[in-house]
Amino acid sequence: MIAVALLVAGKDLRIERRSRVLLWQVLPFGVMALLLCGLALGPSRAGHSSAAPGLFYLVVVLVALLMINRSQYVESTPGTAASVATLGLDPAGVFLGKALALCVELWLTGAVLLAGSVLVLHTALQGTFLALPSIVVVLAGLAAAGTLYGALTSGGAGPATLLPVLCLPAFAPLLIAGERSFSAALYGGALWQWWLVSLCALVAYLAAGILLYGVLQES
Amino acid sequence: MSVAASPVAELRDAVVLVNGFPLLSGVDLEVAPATLSVLVGANGAGKTSLLRLLGGLVALSAGEGTVLGVDLARGDRRLLCRRVGWLGHEGSFYGELTVSENLTFAARALGRPISELAAVLARMGLESRADTTTKQLSAGQRRRLGLAWLLLRRAELWLLDEPYASLDDEGRNFFDELLGEVVARGATVLVSAHDPLRSASLRPRTLLMAGGRIVEERS
Repeated sequence: MIAVALLVAGKDLRIERRSRVLLWQVLPFGVMALLLCGLALGPSRAGHSSAAPGLFYLVVVLVALLMINRSQYVESTPGTAASVATLGLDPAGVFLGKALALCVELWLTGAVLLAGSVLVLHTALQGTFLALPSIVVVLAGLAAAGTLYGALTSGGAGPATLLPVLCLPAFAPLLIAGERSFSAALYGGALWQWWLVSLCALVAYLAAGILLYGVLQES
Repeated sequence: MSVAASPVAELRDAVVLVNGFPLLSGVDLEVAPATLSVLVGANGAGKTSLLRLLGGLVALSAGEGTVLGVDLARGDRRLLCRRVGWLGHEGSFYGELTVSENLTFAARALGRPISELAAVLARMGLESRADTTTKQLSAGQRRRLGLAWLLLRRAELWLLDEPYASLDDEGRNFFDELLGEVVARGATVLVSAHDPLRSASLRPRTLLMAGGRIVEERS
């Protein structure tokens, strides 16, 4: 399972590196969205607004949805799905590999957006650093849940426009825990308790993906 | 005393339903080892669905079927998938990966030695294209890559869905020559086509399909 996961993750990251969709399409969109959030708050209020962590995660969700669609698209181009199916790869390994690749991409994107939130939303640097462990876990959870739900809408299984409707309820516990812990890191509060909630959600989505990804692919 | 080799594939009244619609509606078929069979018929006759059933890519809804000793109704179709080679008419690869990266991915997934890659590329006349991304290849070169993928995995059963589409005469001749070689080496080949094969040397068994059934057989 681990060998398959590493093989699939390596393939996905290589495709991403070569296509540069993340670099030239997704990241500029994320930065622009963050900039708009900063403009909406206004320059004088942004630094003091308790909305900053929520706005950061709002942009992360928009970007994550694009990346999940992209991750599933590379598998569902005509002919590829059938050929790859005849390789008989372990579905749990495929799930872990795709989630790992998506997670790495989300971490890279998250790092840029976090720097953007310091610059645009004026979040305190020390608090932002303190929120890092929580953000790392939340983004990994979004990657796991997104890979699982992305399989539902890939290929002929359903229109890609269904993805946000399916994903957002699944993202909710991660987003709430992420926003709360980021706020706690900036303004004080129960930082590690919320980190633990996001860790539990990550483990739950990984377990669900390992168990169900093969069934979703089959359907 | 000679013992007749057991068939590679055997179907009895095989039915495949997708969303209640019958793609195959009672196929009886027996395929002997090391033979070439051609499925001909109009669009929607069930040629691709039959190939997909034989490759373990769709489930058997009713009837009985065994392919390479794997029971299609109760067996592990993933194990069957690993022993067949599928070549779709749409192209079957990751467009952003190079020729050698696609083949390396398939070889690693199947546990085949990477050392065979150079010989396979040479046989297919693709050495000079090893570092070209698949999306940059012509239709004929993509088809050759598909054959390289099948050669590398040493598939026991080759399932080729309209492999002659968009090939010129040279490409068709190359294809015929290779099919003759692999059948002589003991592999079994099923090809779907709109028309019977032109090659006189291959002497395939021709199965005419209509309405999801085999309606006529010519040797």
